[in-house]
Amino acid sequence: MDLSLRWLADYVETGVTPKQFCDAMTMSGSKVECYNEEADYISNVVVGKIIKIEKHPDADKLQICQIDIGREEPVQIVTAAQNVYEGMMVPAALDNSTLAGGVKIKKGKLRGVPSNGMMCSVSELGVTVHDFPYAIEDGIMDIKEDCKPGDDIRTALGLNDVCVEFEITSNRPDCLSVLGLAREAAATFGKELHLPEVKIENETGDINELLSVEVKNPTLCRRYVARMIKNIKVAPSPRWMRERLRASGVRPINNLVDITNYVMLEYGQPMHAFDYKYLAGNKIVVRNAEEGESITTLDGVERKLSPEMLCICDAEKPSCVAGVMGGEYSGIQDDTNMVVFESASFLGSSVRTTAKKLGMRTESSGRFEKNLDSRMCMEAVNRACQLVEMLGAGEVIGGYIDIDNEGDEPYTVEFCPEWTNKFLGIDLPAEKMVEILEKIGYKVENGVITVPSFRAGDTRHKADIAEEIARFYGYDVIPNTAVQGASQGALTLRQQFEKKLSRLLMANGCYEVQTYSFISPKYYDKIGLPEDSGLRRSVIITNPLGEDTSVMRTTCVPSMLEVVARNYNNRNVAGRFFELGTIYLPAESADILPEERGVAVIGSYGEKEDFFAMKGIILEALDKLGVYGVEFTANKENPTFHRGRCADIFIGEKKIGEIGEIAPAVLDNYGIGTRAYVATLDIADIFDARIVEKKFKPTPKFPASTRDLAIICDDELPAASLEKAIRQGAGKLLEKVELFDVYKGSSIAEGKKSVAYTMTLRAADRTLTVEECDRAVNKVLKELANIGAELRS
Amino acid sequence: MKEQLEQIRLEAKKALELCEDPKALEELRIRYLGKKGELTAILKQMGKLSAEERPVIGQLANQVRAEIENDLNEAAEHIHQHLLEKKLASETIDVTLPGTPCPTGKEHPLNIVLNEVEDIFLGMGFSIAEGPEVETDYYNFEALNLPKDHPARDTQDTFYITENVLLRTQTSPVQVRVMEKQQPPIRIIAPGRVYRSDAVDATHSPLFHQIEGLVVDKGITMADLKGTLEIFIKRLYGEDSVVRFRPHHFPFTEPSAEMDIQCFNCHGEGCPMCKNEGWIEILGCGMVHPKVLSNCNIDPEEYSGFAFGIGLERIVMRRFAINDLRLLYENDLRFLDQF
Repeated sequence: MDLSLRWLADYVETGVTPKQFCDAMTMSGSKVECYNEEADYISNVVVGKIIKIEKHPDADKLQICQIDIGREEPVQIVTAAQNVYEGMMVPAALDNSTLAGGVKIKKGKLRGVPSNGMMCSVSELGVTVHDFPYAIEDGIMDIKEDCKPGDDIRTALGLNDVCVEFEITSNRPDCLSVLGLAREAAATFGKELHLPEVKIENETGDINELLSVEVKNPTLCRRYVARMIKNIKVAPSPRWMRERLRASGVRPINNLVDITNYVMLEYGQPMHAFDYKYLAGNKIVVRNAEEGESITTLDGVERKLSPEMLCICDAEKPSCVAGVMGGEYSGIQDDTNMVVFESASFLGSSVRTTAKKLGMRTESSGRFEKNLDSRMCMEAVNRACQLVEMLGAGEVIGGYIDIDNEGDEPYTVEFCPEWTNKFLGIDLPAEKMVEILEKIGYKVENGVITVPSFRAGDTRHKADIAEEIARFYGYDVIPNTAVQGASQGALTLRQQFEKKLSRLLMANGCYEVQTYSFISPKYYDKIGLPEDSGLRRSVIITNPLGEDTSVMRTTCVPSMLEVVARNYNNRNVAGRFFELGTIYLPAESADILPEERGVAVIGSYGEKEDFFAMKGIILEALDKLGVYGVEFTANKENPTFHRGRCADIFIGEKKIGEIGEIAPAVLDNYGIGTRAYVATLDIADIFDARIVEKKFKPTPKFPASTRDLAIICDDELPAASLEKAIRQGAGKLLEKVELFDVYKGSSIAEGKKSVAYTMTLRAADRTLTVEECDRAVNKVLKELANIGAELRS
Repeated sequence: MKEQLEQIRLEAKKALELCEDPKALEELRIRYLGKKGELTAILKQMGKLSAEERPVIGQLANQVRAEIENDLNEAAEHIHQHLLEKKLASETIDVTLPGTPCPTGKEHPLNIVLNEVEDIFLGMGFSIAEGPEVETDYYNFEALNLPKDHPARDTQDTFYITENVLLRTQTSPVQVRVMEKQQPPIRIIAPGRVYRSDAVDATHSPLFHQIEGLVVDKGITMADLKGTLEIFIKRLYGEDSVVRFRPHHFPFTEPSAEMDIQCFNCHGEGCPMCKNEGWIEILGCGMVHPKVLSNCNIDPEEYSGFAFGIGLERIVMRRFAINDLRLLYENDLRFLDQF
């Protein structure tokens, strides 16, 4: 909402500078975005009167003008314009002046004759012939204003308004008007509000003999008021109206159109003016569109209407989409003689959906969709009639038609000063509260507050009243206090666990990333997910921004691969990344919320990375989180990963994640030209598997014995099986077993490998004897033999 | 004999003074003090002495032995020191050579700031609540006093899954979920992802983060709201931060406010950074609307509360002077490594 301060001053004198005005209005609830001084780009331009014109001695097309600018000596300006004459009042840009578009004027010579400035056209002043209907497009502006030589041009032409841009919240359609803001300003600055006195001097004839109105859908049309004007004389509006419209960002057109716009800006009530002769049957019918009906709107576009859309029709056809836009011939034409003013109130939600469906949000629909005050309709249409009289634009026809489906029973709210003070944390006497409320249109009587009709939409509860009081009491005057009472604030165990997991992954060199939760369904192909994979069923966004972000991910792997790909392509030589992300697993039906599961996903690439580096990161993190007994089982069937370098991660029978080198085909899909590794862990699963309890064990008092074992076995046999056999064989004496070598090569038979372990044996209560150690080793060898492994000889 | 002893003492002293390595030192010890050493050899001849001479020479011999032992110790200490010096000198390194890398990762900038915010509120006795990102229309809108036709819905362009299921446009639905489950006192923040149908550019993303806050108890006032948020801002931005609260509108709070912080750059004068306003909008807040409380079966006559919502990206971008929101979701290491 752009507010002209000149217009505002018609109703309230604030007596402050624009900056003070903006600051105070913002703090009382009408947020100012910015303010602009009109035509502030113009400097050093004055009104000049041409007193003498001579031909240029050396140029046919140039004339030398002597111009009175209210100083002792006239200034000489050479011009090429042909419309100058002696006695003409012109805008004279003097030496060192600036004009629209940052144009700078300096004195100089034209064909040898000194010229000390320039005379200006309207466009050089940054205005149009709409603003000054008597001016011409090309040529010097011939000023027809009450002014004298030497006057500042901005003052002379009224280009000195200040325009304030407000951001009005959706609950305050009343403030989308000069009067609404004037009311707020009067209360903010403690000044009196002077409302316009609406009075029509002469009415002739009777509207009811000319027109009938029928409202067929009283739910969507809450009120419909019509008045009529005859003997229309279309002409430009007077300067004061044009100025006010221009400063409000509306282009002046002609008196009748300007009046409807003026009233819309002044009262916030959109109006429509119908040309009476195009109303078939002299009738207005407010009804829903019929199936198959269409309308060509003012902008010349034919639009198909659907039955939920409300239309203003004549006896035959729709001539207006209610509250949105008029039909092509419904408005004022050059030959218009009689008009019907419509001042109505439509249901906001209906206007909103209609405008949305037709794809045309207009000034009018933007206002109606916020549910305008239906009590305003009559006053607004009368104001329009008053302006018609004032401007001599026509004659008002007697009477009006008013179909009121709402009535004017006001809302009331209980007045609770004590509660309000307690709620706001202040101590304001009840009288002061009443004073504030009355300034903004409320009435307080016998403990009951009557809500003004223009606030009925958003004042329903004593908390709403508290806000009104707080706004004018001053949000900044309310003290700042701390919440009383102790409270238990702590991270949950799960939150602590996740933060620790993050720290552990970072300690291992992983950088945290944040990726989008929505992906393209094509990404499932990109990671080679099998056609029949359950993970292909995702939560689908019905109105996505694009295909790329159209489903909620069921796996974090594609997002991680994108991070790897982006870094690889940006020539970062290596990287380790992790994200604690969420996957969204759809329920049976889309109407049931999906399961959202937390997943840790880790990715890496670079010279020093391999499967085991990734496995090390995971085991280290899990160990420090108290998650033990983690097993890795080769998985040759997961197409995302390298067939020979992929494992499922288990704790007992439960699969808690997967790990692997990315399959070459998938790397290709992502344009990653190097090996990359990804692992995922289900956070809930590892959280559940963690062992929280820790008990101190004394440090060993007796020495350990170590035995090295080099074992020959089938290449296919996983090391995990060997380790398991060793643990079983050595039993309680085994403190730890560590692999230190895997060898395949010349001295080892084809299809076999040599695996070397160090076993550490220890008893808590004695030094182990050689015999005890040998017995343990023998048992180990027996267990190994059971799985086809034997000591290397 | 006396002369011989004196001679040994002198020789030993001289030899020890010249001795420079532990091996030679040991040889000298054996030579003078060993079982077959010179002093022992002399003492073996004691028997030949007269009764008068024996104690005198004996005393002298003991004295010589003591002196040689003393000299030996001194020499040993000297040699040890000397060798140490040599060793340290030979082991000198160029301390300006680079350290051995033991790379660790870093938190994402969004989480750096989020963790700070969480710490501040945990310190004020808040807990951290969570809620689903795929949410029902009821929790995201309806229960928050935003019925189906509410015009404010238009300002939050929503991604829909079905007519009644959507991607939450705000973290506010967590308020409702918490209040449904828990009777007051309630003090929570709820950080998380939210979604709006905004095309990606330098300041917009269809996915961003909010931090919701909610306090409900008996006797909670708007003054408490202001006090709590002022403490938060001073902890986050420093004690000298200046904030202001100005009226605003949210359907689920009444009164509603937006909190601005005075521009760090111009201190309220107005500059390009704050679009000449002198203030920078930080968060939206207000007293929980009585209707929202009663929607959650909390009696608004008995309890009151306040709520707030902070946009995380905005704070993070300002903190680190990041000029393009997209960088936060591109995850380039050269970006991530800067924070």
